[in-house]
Amino acid sequence: MIKARVAEAPAGWKQLSVIRFTALGALVIGALVSLPFWGGPGVMRMMVEFLTLLALAQLWNLLAGYTGLVSIGQQAWIGIGGYALIVAADDLGLPIPLGLVLGGVTAALLALPAAGLLFRLRGGYFSVGTWVVAEILRLLVTNSTDWLRGGLGRTLAATGAMARETRELLTYALAVVIGLGVVALVHLLMRSRTGLALTAIRDSETAAANLGVETQRIKLFVYLLCAFGTGVVGALIYLNLLRITPDAAFSVQWTAFMIFIVIIGGIGTIEGPIIGAILFFILRQFLADFGEWSLILLGAVAVVMMIFAPEGIWGIIRRRWQFEIFPVHRRIGAGSDNAHAA
Amino acid sequence: MDWVGTIVQGLLLGGFYALYGIGLSLIFGVMRLVNLAHGDLIVCAAYLSLVLIEVSGLPPLLTLAIVIPVMFGLGVLLQRGVLNRVLGLGPMPPLLITFGISIIIQNGLLLAFTADTQRLPAGSLETASVPVGGWATVGVLPLLNMAIAILAIIGLQQFMGRTDLGRAFRATSDDPTTAELMGIDSKRIYGLAMGASLALIAVAGILLGMRTTFGPSDGPARLIYAFEAVIIGGLGSLWGTLAGGLLLGVAQSVGAALNPGWFQLAGHILALLVLAIRPTGLFARTRDL
Amino acid sequence: MSMLVVDSIEVFYGEFQALFGVSLEVAEGETVAIIGANGAGKTTLLRTIAGVLRPRSGQVQYRGMRIDGRPAYAVTRLGIAMVPEGRKIFPSLSVRENLLIGRQSGRKGPWTLERVFDLFPVLRERADFPGIDLSGGQQQMLAIGRALMSNPDLILMDEISLGLAPVVVRELYETVQAITRTGTTVVIVEQDVTRSLQVADRVYCLLEGEVSLSGRPTDLSREQISLAYFGV
Repeated sequence: MIKARVAEAPAGWKQLSVIRFTALGALVIGALVSLPFWGGPGVMRMMVEFLTLLALAQLWNLLAGYTGLVSIGQQAWIGIGGYALIVAADDLGLPIPLGLVLGGVTAALLALPAAGLLFRLRGGYFSVGTWVVAEILRLLVTNSTDWLRGGLGRTLAATGAMARETRELLTYALAVVIGLGVVALVHLLMRSRTGLALTAIRDSETAAANLGVETQRIKLFVYLLCAFGTGVVGALIYLNLLRITPDAAFSVQWTAFMIFIVIIGGIGTIEGPIIGAILFFILRQFLADFGEWSLILLGAVAVVMMIFAPEGIWGIIRRRWQFEIFPVHRRIGAGSDNAHAA
Repeated sequence: MDWVGTIVQGLLLGGFYALYGIGLSLIFGVMRLVNLAHGDLIVCAAYLSLVLIEVSGLPPLLTLAIVIPVMFGLGVLLQRGVLNRVLGLGPMPPLLITFGISIIIQNGLLLAFTADTQRLPAGSLETASVPVGGWATVGVLPLLNMAIAILAIIGLQQFMGRTDLGRAFRATSDDPTTAELMGIDSKRIYGLAMGASLALIAVAGILLGMRTTFGPSDGPARLIYAFEAVIIGGLGSLWGTLAGGLLLGVAQSVGAALNPGWFQLAGHILALLVLAIRPTGLFARTRDL
Repeated sequence: MSMLVVDSIEVFYGEFQALFGVSLEVAEGETVAIIGANGAGKTTLLRTIAGVLRPRSGQVQYRGMRIDGRPAYAVTRLGIAMVPEGRKIFPSLSVRENLLIGRQSGRKGPWTLERVFDLFPVLRERADFPGIDLSGGQQQMLAIGRALMSNPDLILMDEISLGLAPVVVRELYETVQAITRTGTTVVIVEQDVTRSLQVADRVYCLLEGEVSLSGRPTDLSREQISLAYFGV
């Protein structure tokens, strides 16, 4: 006998009122929009990096934290997005914003056949499979010695004609749109019926399937959506960096950043990746040479948190003060697995 | 082009991948866990041997006598000290923990040994080869590795089929809760399985280290080769994994012969083709761990 | 002194409470039946004794030793064997191998492969078949045989008649009686009241996670049992 109890957001938990939530949102948006008027180009550059990390982490969290698809190959779509932007802007002469969209579209188009194969793999083998896909794309790009200039990589030339200020402003504006857009997207998605279905799938795929949730279709949708989003962010990253090489663009380090940010901040929440990204960013500013030690430190912190506090920093805060900012938290009552009390 | 030579070289290379794959599928078979640090631990074993050689002047093959038990102990420690703590919380925590460990090992090795590639000084063994039937020569090291891979499979099968502990492994793999009710300490079983897996890959890591160079960031590629050997051969079949590893080696070898840039690519594409055409693998049996 | 003492245990599945202060005693050599409707908490009680579940409060004592909080394998090694609900035969093991798993308790005693085969001759005939290829009744024999192979002093049997034909159930209960005659203590969880009352020295009835009745079957009237079982 299965006793599953569905609880709405835990009773008695404080949530921000609509007015305060809107005020907080307006404050953040206001600060970001006005930043070019009071912050210098250095601050803008920093914010671009922060917003890209935030968007990447949110997307990985949507994929793994909310959908249970633990990809360690998201760098595939960063590389594809970056290269697509350069091809779109330099080879096809398309405007930059369109290049970003094309980065996402190309990633999603490649993710579709990849998903057809990857979704045949269970659990951990799915994860390794996503890595193989990223490796194949890296090798294909590396082998394209003429068009994509192989391992040497390419440089975005289209922005060369722009004034530096214009380029920086454009990059910043796009980063704000994408960073806030991804947070809003995940928030709205998780409040929708799809979000409820996702929570059901994560908690028990079999149960969700029995309830008529079309698990495969929803997982595919999220996988493609995240490939698209990560592709767009990848294009943004290389709009900012200008120079791309396959080894850097398809490096698993990108996914390591996403994973560490999400685990440390709090997996399966929207607030978690925000906190994680802020901490990660602060660490990065302090350790000027962001080398091996910082990755060892981050990895160790993530491993320890996974063991002792798998809910992350936000999870601890949320439980301690029974509080949440983004009201998307829903729980399916525990004890549905082995609660067949005779 | 010397096709026979290319294929023979591929088969010999594939013997290493087979051993990687057997270690990976042993873990998956017993506890449904994929160890994302698998490849990095293979590289770790080679570095361990390197340090021993430099400190003690032992010949590389003799370092196996130390590195195998050390890696076994490390596996038990990793499982019992870390991974057993997140048992029963779903597949994600152990997966992410091994990913974290993978990143830690890669960067730790980079710090300790720099990005320069290394090689274990094997002396005359490195190039020693025996002629086979007059049409090809075969290196002694890969032959040794192949023999170890085959012995490992036979040994594992005998162990699983004929000993009380082996049956306890299979019972735990089937149903850990019921196995506990029969007096089996599943956490101990998991610890031993991880130890055995790392002991196996230590052998492959050191033998390959005597034959080709290795570097701190080679781990992920080796994890992927292990994975591809398993996928090509079919989950749950040890002989299948051996065959899968050999085919992977041949694909890489032939790919590289056609175009030096296609070495890895050809292997990946073979794995994806198998996944597309026969997702259960080419040699899958129903269940045999 | 009682062999097994369960002292007012409270057991939860997450937030859901399954047992409310349940107490029970079993003496050496006794056969005790735990009856109750579906969902009354019978299996929960058995799994708590076996160490699969931990009580949030209360104690389980075996031969004067506290065993709640010990892992299931340790409890088994002390001499408490379980015939789990749904039989739980290991699918990748043959009949013989399933039986041999019983030796994992590490306990010495009268039960050997040969003696189990003598008790259930059909298992000898099919010794090398996969355990899950047996019929339901044969699988139940295998599950009982596997528990005996651990040479227990106390056997917990969970719903051994579930889904089996009456003639098979009768046969199984005859073997249960043969086992109790060897001096092994048995705790049986059953929905089949009539059947369990025939073999039990004493009976406990659970209703919605509480003991609603206990006593010797001969001392209890049909009405009392019916009230304790259904609560109406």
